[in-house]
Amino acid sequence: MKRLADICSKFYLGLIFLFLYAPIGVLVALSFNESRSRAHWSGFSLRWYAELFKDPEIMKALYYTLLVAALSAFLASVIGTLGAIGIDRMTKTQKKIAMNITNIPVMNPDIVTGVSMMILFVFAFSLFNAGSLGFGTLLLSHVTFNAPYAALAVLPKLRSLDSRMYEAALDLGATPRSAFFKVIFPEIAPGIISGALLSFTLSVDDFVISFFTTGAGVNTLSILIYSMARRGINPKINALSAIMFLVVIVMLYIVDKRQRPKTEKL
Amino acid sequence: MKRSAAYPYLAWLAVFTIIPLILVLYYAFTSVSDGAVKFSPDNFVRAFEPMYLIVMWRSFVLALAATAICFLIGYPAAYILARKVGEKKSTLLFLLLVPMWMNFLLRTYSWLTILERNGIINNALFALGLPKMDLLYTREAVVLGMVYNFLSFMILPIYTALSKIDASLIEAAQDLGAGKMNVFFRVIFPLSLPGVVSGVTMVFLPAITTFVIPNLLGGGKDALIGSLIEQQFLRVGDWRFGSAVSVVIMGLIVIAMSLFYAVDSDEGEGGLF
Repeated sequence: MKRLADICSKFYLGLIFLFLYAPIGVLVALSFNESRSRAHWSGFSLRWYAELFKDPEIMKALYYTLLVAALSAFLASVIGTLGAIGIDRMTKTQKKIAMNITNIPVMNPDIVTGVSMMILFVFAFSLFNAGSLGFGTLLLSHVTFNAPYAALAVLPKLRSLDSRMYEAALDLGATPRSAFFKVIFPEIAPGIISGALLSFTLSVDDFVISFFTTGAGVNTLSILIYSMARRGINPKINALSAIMFLVVIVMLYIVDKRQRPKTEKL
Repeated sequence: MKRSAAYPYLAWLAVFTIIPLILVLYYAFTSVSDGAVKFSPDNFVRAFEPMYLIVMWRSFVLALAATAICFLIGYPAAYILARKVGEKKSTLLFLLLVPMWMNFLLRTYSWLTILERNGIINNALFALGLPKMDLLYTREAVVLGMVYNFLSFMILPIYTALSKIDASLIEAAQDLGAGKMNVFFRVIFPLSLPGVVSGVTMVFLPAITTFVIPNLLGGGKDALIGSLIEQQFLRVGDWRFGSAVSVVIMGLIVIAMSLFYAVDSDEGEGGLF
């Protein structure tokens, strides 16, 4: 009876994973398809992987995607970490207000965030009679949706921090600056790093907000893919995603392996 | 280490999230007549015309269906995962997270290859001598896309809630003579409700506002509320009406959320972590 339940639960999980991985499998398989068509398989080939790097449109989109992700993750981490430090010191009511403000971009539907920022940018351009949607507005919007996540990743670390440590450092003659960098920073660094990584992935994966806040000539991969969807996705994009997917899996696997013994020790 | 450290952060969010929302409200509540901008409820009157009410109702029904399906297939999966132990469990959790790192547009687009007239499923049906089916560009395909994209958002919070349950509570219930059904429905399920509520939120919210999934898998035939907003801003250029629809959708979400949270009255600290 117990064996039967065990087999059933394994089968069930297997079905769930089949469902989650089937489209990814199809996509990876198509990246090796000789022909351009989705409909039939005409033989194994690495052709799309070779051509990928010669495609200026895709390479440019990849460049913008990674650049926006790296810059916005960095800026969001700086602003968000400072925000978290300040919020941690606030009184209860102030904290409540700050947390509500933090939750607006997190809870607001992407499409509303996107259109509202587009309105702001266009409004500001008409006010100053200059500027247009493009890389700058794209970056501003990404920093905006990433900053709350960066702050939320640091806050729990600050909460579990013993404030007497900082005071002790001051008592022992450390300047506030060195007390921060030698005592507080090492303690909250894991939170900052996980916030930055989360920001980076959110930024790479974002489509909706970018769609509304970018301008002509500045495409991220998501926007390029969406515009291609009507005429059919170029197999080169499949090849690129397969490579990116592999890189992410390897990275996640390394992080996972490193974290495991650490958590067991605690 | 002062409160003022938070000022740049709060100022940033004020400029880039609060002011934009005020602008949305401004556009939603004004209209232009004779070249002058004046306050008027016209945009909202239009948003509640039958033609647009149908769009909202359809979005609500499809998002609700997707949420219900995610719950029905996600809960058992979370339950099975929570009962696993050690290395196996972390590997399974890892496998659950990995698909989210593949671009979601491509993952969704990939379903075209599976569902289309000459796609994988229809070719398999044909090979078995069965008639081909029209799977793509249907409402079912849209719901499938939603379930596919958001299933993990349902499984993970429920899993977290289930694994936090104190095993001694379950043992106590068993010691007091509760059968398997009783233990589940009167101890385990009520204790997992906070996870269910956040799972439902995390599926329902993106599902009711998506415009990508209906555009790709629904063929853009039946507009959903997200597609309506997108059209108004990028194709029609009627920002005032688009803003009014955005305000309506935010209102709908607030109502839906307060209904969900009425079920779960636990005082949470807010945030996703």
